[in-house]
Amino acid sequence: MSLKSWREIPIGGLGFKLSTEIKTGEWRALRPIIDQNKCTKCLICWLFCPEPAIMWDGVKVEVDYDYCKGCGICAHECPVKAISMVPESGGE
Amino acid sequence: MSVSALELTPRYPREKQILMLLNGDEAVAYATKQSYVDVVAAYPITPQTIIVEKFSEFVANGEVHTEFIPIESEHSAMSACIGAAAAGARAFTSTCSQGLALMVETLYIASGLRLPIVMAVTNRALSAPINIHGDHSDAYLMRDSGWIMLFVENVQEAYDTTIQAFKIAEHPEIQLPVSVHLDGFFLSHTMENLYVLPDEAVYEFLGGPRKPIKVKVDYFDEEVEYTLNPAKPLSMGMLAFYDYYFEIKTQQVETMKHAEKVIVEVNEEWYKLTGRRYGDGLVDAYAVDDADIVIVIMGSSASTVRSVVKKFRERGVKVGVLRVRSFRPFPRKTIAKLLKDVKLVAVLDRAVSPGSMGALYLDVISSLYTEKERPIVINYIYGLGGRDLSPPLVFKLVEELSEDLQKGFVPEERLTRYLGVRE
Repeated sequence: MSLKSWREIPIGGLGFKLSTEIKTGEWRALRPIIDQNKCTKCLICWLFCPEPAIMWDGVKVEVDYDYCKGCGICAHECPVKAISMVPESGGE
Repeated sequence: MSVSALELTPRYPREKQILMLLNGDEAVAYATKQSYVDVVAAYPITPQTIIVEKFSEFVANGEVHTEFIPIESEHSAMSACIGAAAAGARAFTSTCSQGLALMVETLYIASGLRLPIVMAVTNRALSAPINIHGDHSDAYLMRDSGWIMLFVENVQEAYDTTIQAFKIAEHPEIQLPVSVHLDGFFLSHTMENLYVLPDEAVYEFLGGPRKPIKVKVDYFDEEVEYTLNPAKPLSMGMLAFYDYYFEIKTQQVETMKHAEKVIVEVNEEWYKLTGRRYGDGLVDAYAVDDADIVIVIMGSSASTVRSVVKKFRERGVKVGVLRVRSFRPFPRKTIAKLLKDVKLVAVLDRAVSPGSMGALYLDVISSLYTEKERPIVINYIYGLGGRDLSPPLVFKLVEELSEDLQKGFVPEERLTRYLGVRE
């Protein structure tokens, strides 16, 4: 990503690109992994995710790793302990 | 003597203006009334109270269309102005002293978001000890906040500068907040005759209501107004770390430099409209050209100093006065040019940075540093807590400076002095 000079950006620190272009997932230290065999699709993780980075297509619950900051609220709230937090460096 | 001799026929000569008897606060309120302000949010504090009191009368009488927000603190007053200005409104507030201190956090946000808010500051000393009278300690507190700061000398100038402030702030190349500083009680509560323009002249001068500038963002094809508008949503007050904060601040700094030119232009435009101007808009020099001694000062005491200096001039003493009108941006080049050939300069500060010196003094000496030949520059601290700078005191000052000039040397320990304190 090339950064712009002070002459190229609008005044006042105005957001000049869409927030979706800012991949906050880069901040993540711990990665939530959903065990699909345990997941009951109760969507409590979806409800609690502050981002929101839990995706639900009607079939499967998945994490949007572009924006998930790895806070771990989903893992904490999951009633069946289907989500585990794995360090990014040694993850998967 | 801040009104220069007429060299042209203004569009509104005196006979087309209205002579009024107002104090400084009322003059500011009247100027605000004529400036078609959309939102006024303020909290009362002496000696600013009359501005808002008077303005609320205009609102109650239905004389203005302004949304008046009597808010719970100065912090909130500026926050409301920020919100209003971000929505595209012309916003005004007024405060001083403790109120300004409480407001400081939000002052930086107003300038950082580039919102052209105008604020009148009736300069008053900061506590403790508690004091309600005029000095510049509150103004120096907001020195680095990124606001354009204009200091006025009399009630007429308070009126004129308040209207000019909107024009400067909203200039498409500026978009910065402007504070108009009038000395508490010396100007805020002193009645003076002044000429005011008819409403339509002010409306025309400001080009009607505020027109927000256009900006370009990646997510809209066309340029959009820099306002919060649900139809064309923008994000203001974004996070910017080491990746963009520096660039955004650089924009502010560069714009502030450019503001000098705009202040000069607006001063000239006002002259063509009313026949009144204040030096070049940045500084107002009196008898400086051939002077051996120059007294540099801001605010209402400039009148006292000038009247005494005139008497010395009649006796043949080569002394002049340089009144700084624009404290931020600080007109470094203009000041260096005017002072470099002077022998002795006295900078009078109505506030002090304990452990250092007066803020005006520091700016003046740093402006002169790049000159090959530099005058001796002495710092006088005067008028703290509203102590009057009386004509006899200025007489003593000029006599003391004349002695220094004769000696031709001022030892380091005599470079900072108090003027009018009991030793």
